[in-house]
Amino acid sequence: MERRTFLKIGGGAAGALLVPVFGEAIAAEELMNPVGLAFKKSLADTALNAAAKAGASYCDVRIGRYLNQFITTRDLNVENIINTESSGVGVRVIANGAYGFASTNDMSPDSIANAARQAVAIARANARLQSEPLRMAPVKGVGDVAWATPYKKDWRTVPVKEKAEMLIAANKAGLDAGASFMTANLFQVNQQKYFASTDGSYIDQDIHRLWAPLTATAVDKATNRFRTRDGLASPMGMGYEYFDARPADKVQAAGGVTTLYRNSYDIVEDARAAAKHAREKLTAKTIEPGKYDLVLSPEHLFLTIHESVGHPTELDRVLGYEANYAGTSFATLDKWQTKKFKFGADRVNFIADKNEKGSLGAVGYDDEGVPAKRWDIIRDGVLVNYQATRDQAHIIGEKESHGCSYADSWNSVQFQRMPNVSLAAGKERLTPDEMVKDVKKGIYILGRGSYSIDQQRYNFQFGGQLYYEIKNGKIVGQVEDVAYQSNTQEFWNACSAICDQRDWRMGGSFFDGKGQPSQVSAVSHGSSTTRFNGINVINTARKIG
Amino acid sequence: MKFLTQEDTKRICDKVMSMTKADECIVTINGGRTGNIRYARNAVSTAGLVENATMGVAVAYGKKQGIATINEFDDKSLEKALRIAEDLAKLAPENPEFMPAVSKQQFRATDTFSAKTAAIDPEFRAQTAAYSIEASRKNKLVSAGFFTDNTSFNTIANSNGVFGHQEATGVDFTCTVRTEDGRGSGWVKRSATDVSRFDAREASDVAIEKALRSVEAKALEPGRYTVILKPAATSELIGFMLGGFDARQADEGRSFLSKKGGGNRMGEKLFDQQVNIWSDPWDKDVGVLPWDGNTMLARERMDMIKDGRVSALDYSLFWAKKQGVRAIGSPGNMIMGGTSKSTQELIANTKKGVLVTRTWYIRLVDPQSVLLTGLTRDGTFYIENGKIKHPIKNFRFNESPVTMLNNIEEIGKPEIIAGDEVQYSMMIPAMKVRDFNFTSLSDAV
Repeated sequence: MERRTFLKIGGGAAGALLVPVFGEAIAAEELMNPVGLAFKKSLADTALNAAAKAGASYCDVRIGRYLNQFITTRDLNVENIINTESSGVGVRVIANGAYGFASTNDMSPDSIANAARQAVAIARANARLQSEPLRMAPVKGVGDVAWATPYKKDWRTVPVKEKAEMLIAANKAGLDAGASFMTANLFQVNQQKYFASTDGSYIDQDIHRLWAPLTATAVDKATNRFRTRDGLASPMGMGYEYFDARPADKVQAAGGVTTLYRNSYDIVEDARAAAKHAREKLTAKTIEPGKYDLVLSPEHLFLTIHESVGHPTELDRVLGYEANYAGTSFATLDKWQTKKFKFGADRVNFIADKNEKGSLGAVGYDDEGVPAKRWDIIRDGVLVNYQATRDQAHIIGEKESHGCSYADSWNSVQFQRMPNVSLAAGKERLTPDEMVKDVKKGIYILGRGSYSIDQQRYNFQFGGQLYYEIKNGKIVGQVEDVAYQSNTQEFWNACSAICDQRDWRMGGSFFDGKGQPSQVSAVSHGSSTTRFNGINVINTARKIG
Repeated sequence: MKFLTQEDTKRICDKVMSMTKADECIVTINGGRTGNIRYARNAVSTAGLVENATMGVAVAYGKKQGIATINEFDDKSLEKALRIAEDLAKLAPENPEFMPAVSKQQFRATDTFSAKTAAIDPEFRAQTAAYSIEASRKNKLVSAGFFTDNTSFNTIANSNGVFGHQEATGVDFTCTVRTEDGRGSGWVKRSATDVSRFDAREASDVAIEKALRSVEAKALEPGRYTVILKPAATSELIGFMLGGFDARQADEGRSFLSKKGGGNRMGEKLFDQQVNIWSDPWDKDVGVLPWDGNTMLARERMDMIKDGRVSALDYSLFWAKKQGVRAIGSPGNMIMGGTSKSTQELIANTKKGVLVTRTWYIRLVDPQSVLLTGLTRDGTFYIENGKIKHPIKNFRFNESPVTMLNNIEEIGKPEIIAGDEVQYSMMIPAMKVRDFNFTSLSDAV
């Protein structure tokens, strides 16, 4: 479930004190001091040995240091600058065929050994309520290895003042271009994760992510109407070079209605456009409900992919482990076993890829020490696979895990989380402009908007940020009050065209919630602009009081 | 981590405030322990206990402020956090909307603590899961659930003499029971400050009964229906709307409470006459801390909606000063008035309608009208001539809570309901509402 308001940042100082969602606050200069590798290895060995001595048949240790910074601005004011850090150790074991997990923020050998023994005791207690013992797919130990997100500029080294000025410049551009109000925020994440297991792996990873969401609001007090347009940036797994705004990364949307961004972002330009669009929305025509051909931009389609393809193919949901919270799935094992279940049209191919450069989900190894890989989930429209962890692989006849294990903190237990799941580009040459030419009655939708889907992922409703009416092959202008409702299988079978690789780019979810207690992960979804024929569109305008 | 007493936290707050030369200093200390047990497929999957405490310190030099938090309480760590906050304050740009720390407040203790809840042990949690699993197995059903209990301490202090300390407890239980063939699903949620008001057996039985009764669901055409909405079907919608009672948003013209031409709709009758919603930190069922942790202002009993009229808006310190309004601590709970009528009585008075147990994945479609979309889930039934006739397939709805609260026909007895994605502890009655807008069918069970 994509969380609605993960960060609720209050107006006052104490409000900010209540939201150390990323951990503990620290000064910027302290972010750069890494914890020594030899020290981490020795701590890890302490836990592995203590667990083995206590009777564990398997143990993994995660030593984590989670560094983050977030900056929030409103109009020309910086509201908050907060640095956070959280460090500690999580130990997971298998004893008597069951998992046990314990964690500590005390990095002393005694405390870590004690956590390992606690984990074994919990595993023994859980084993009594277990119906069958865990079966872990094998993983070959990789020895001492390291992996880091490829980045050119480390966000930790960019002065806070420079970042705040960038956000304020964006807000100013929006206000100058006609917005009544602007907000711009910057989230930056660095996860330093050291993983060791009794399989013989010692994996050191340095993961970087960032996101800069903005919103322009236009108000017309005379008519008592207001409209917003959010930024079109994607959250990315890369460095601060994302804000370099390279001309080569700019993409013109179909009909030239706006500029879109690939691997770098021009936040000032987008803020200006957002203000202009929000103002135009105040007088845009309201949509006539009915069936339309939808041309969906990647900045919009990623969330539909996330909800309707990513979540239903999570194996833990399929099996019922998320029944009480996130839900189950229509993509059941019996459908998969037929090898004929038409999830989508023949042209629909979905690929899971934990190696995708620049993506939020890119890692070298998952939180069970499994190397990142790429595999098909839907091939030629047919459901061919799921997303699995080590203990699930045997259920779907896989010899190896897909490497989908993730924990959002050292003190959270790892479980199955979504990898990057992307729609493959079309094989024939096709641009968004060419795609629009073939549409008689349609709507071109850009940006992420309202989203909701049922607990088995059948029925969904999505909105966007920008809607353009298409008539007889031409974009004729903005429309408003649009949402489309469909059924996952019907929708993907209505996929009538996919633009080629030149148009392929990623969107992403920075705050995807799952599990009880809830954990957050970040994941990207790529696609090219894609068309769906005959989709039901409703008008969302209402009058109250 | 030791469970800190009032004396402990007072000493820490005083120490931290005495170490700074900043113009002002604010300290918060929150901590405690949270136990949980999770189960699925009729077996326990995880169980845990988390103990933690965090101190937050904010200092200001003029209109420049810095914030730091830490979870270690030795003198060196406390000082480290303070110095970081001071450094950040010196680096931060001046915020023209900065508001100084509030003056000394009087906090009258509220009812937020139960010794019985604080004494919950792993055996109790295991037994809660066991009731649900065993009863489900007996009925050839599959159970998944989550029980969590927490015991916390909460302290606030500032250099103007504000000091508050209070302990709080709570339990929260959710359980989803499904038939083995996946054609039936039932759900229950229970929340309480005092665990002696929680009965795992009773709660599990409700989910089991709904699961058994919800198989063989028939499809009903989408459209506008008279509905009986249980508290878990409306709490998120109402909570969502009340979260939008922000005075600044309204005054700035970007809220459903904005007035044409400028200003807000305070005092206007936007809802049915029967609608009364208030906040009361001293409420016996859903007590909350007597202060608002954001502003550190004391909370008061506030009528949010009185006889259908907008009676209060939520002001930040900055906006209250700008508009010349007295700022009050933001509410932490919401109580909607009702009657003594049971859901059964509401059903008995209904000729044709739909009973909704729960709504889910609710998102804002249009902030102008607070139009929300979401789905029914885990127990949706057709009512005919005062009786539940049969289960029906789930619907997607597109409806504004403002419209919903205008179309009320009858109100039942309020029940405690903690939200999943709303910030309030709530008491909400079941209600009968006409013309509720279901826009499509869902195959989900």
